[in-house]
Amino acid sequence: MKKQSALDRRKVVAALLADRGDALVVTGLGSPTYDTYAAGDHDLNFYLWGGMGGAAMVGLGLALAQPKRRVLVITGDGEMLMGLGSLATIAVAAPKNLAIAVIDNGHYGETGMQRAHTGRGVDITGMAKAAGFKSATTIRTQAALKLWISKFHRQSGPVFGDIKVSAVAAPMALPLRDGTAIKHRFRTALLGSKALE
Amino acid sequence: MQTDQQTRATVWPDQIFDVLKETGVTQVAYVPDAGHSKLINRCEAEKSMHTVSLTSEEEGVAMLAGSWMGGAKGVLLMQSSGVGNCINMLSMFQECRLPLLMLVTMRGVWGEFNPWQVPMGGSTAAALTGAGVIVHSAERAEDIRDTVHASALLAFQTSRPVAVLIQQRVIGFKNWSK
Repeated sequence: MKKQSALDRRKVVAALLADRGDALVVTGLGSPTYDTYAAGDHDLNFYLWGGMGGAAMVGLGLALAQPKRRVLVITGDGEMLMGLGSLATIAVAAPKNLAIAVIDNGHYGETGMQRAHTGRGVDITGMAKAAGFKSATTIRTQAALKLWISKFHRQSGPVFGDIKVSAVAAPMALPLRDGTAIKHRFRTALLGSKALE
Repeated sequence: MQTDQQTRATVWPDQIFDVLKETGVTQVAYVPDAGHSKLINRCEAEKSMHTVSLTSEEEGVAMLAGSWMGGAKGVLLMQSSGVGNCINMLSMFQECRLPLLMLVTMRGVWGEFNPWQVPMGGSTAAALTGAGVIVHSAERAEDIRDTVHASALLAFQTSRPVAVLIQQRVIGFKNWSK
C-alpha cells in the first residue's frame, strides 16, 4: 500500500480554482461538487449531482462548443473509474482546451468510504497516458500540485491530473442542486440573452 | 437500374444530413452502426461538424449535455442495442431540461438473424420512454426526413430529449451469407 496522502481536498480544489479567469468548470457528483462550491460559488460552475461517469464527457462537449475558453473538469476517482472509456474518447478527440483534475481519495466517500480500485493500486494516470493524453500526471505533494496548476490552466490539452488527497471527509458545503436552475445560470453567464432563445 | 425502393434506401441518410445542417448541428457523437455508416461519412467530411467516436453510447449523452451548456447543438447516432447503455445519463436531460436528438437504427425487430438483438430491440421504445425521452418512429424510408426534422424542432425548440427510431424495415436485411 502506498502512503496516505496528506493533501487536503478542500485546499487542493481552492488552489486549482484560485486563478480560474474565465474558465468553465464542470464538477463530478459528490465531494468534488461540494469542494468546488466551497472554493467559491460561481455562475460558470456546472455542478453535477448525477450522471456518474459522465463529467469528463460533459467537459468534452463544452470544450468543443467553446474552443476559445478553458474547460476544467474537477471530479472524483470513483466517478472517473465509471467513465474510463471516456479517457480513450477524449484522447482521440484531442481538445486543446480541456483539462481534467481527479480529486483522488481512493474511496467512495458518499456511500460509506468503501475502497475504490484507485485505493487498491489501479493507476488512472497510466490509463490516461496509455489512451494518448498529451499530459498525464499523478500529484502527491504540495510542491507537485503547485507546479501542476499552471498545466491545468495553460498547457495544451487534453491534460489529466490524478491528485492524491487524504480520505478525511470535509465539512458539509452544498451548492444549488436544481438542475434547470444550474443550467440557466451557467448558460446566461456564458451566452447572455442567447441562453433563452 | 435502381428500383424506387433502392433509391429511397440510399437517399435517406443524405436527407438526415441536410436536416442536421439546416438545424445547425455542429457536434455528432456516434457509436458506429451499419445503418448509419453513410451519414457518419457525410458528417465526417463536413467542416462545420465535430464528429466524436464513442466507446459507449452514454458518453455521447453526457457529451451532448456539455455541448448545449456551451451553446452548441448536437446529435447522437447509435443502434438500438446502445439505448440500454444510456439510461442513467439521460437523467441529466430530464433534471436540467436539456435538448437531445438521438437517431437510433433498430435491430432485433424485423427480419433479424441474431437472436441476441431481440431483447433490447423489443424494449428500446419502452426504455427510452421510461427515461423521459420522447420517442418518434420512422417506419418507411419516405418518412425519415420529416420525422427527423420534426424531432429536431421539438428537441431544440422545447428543450427536451427526443429519439427517432429508424425501423429495421427501412434499413433492410443484413446479408449473413457473405
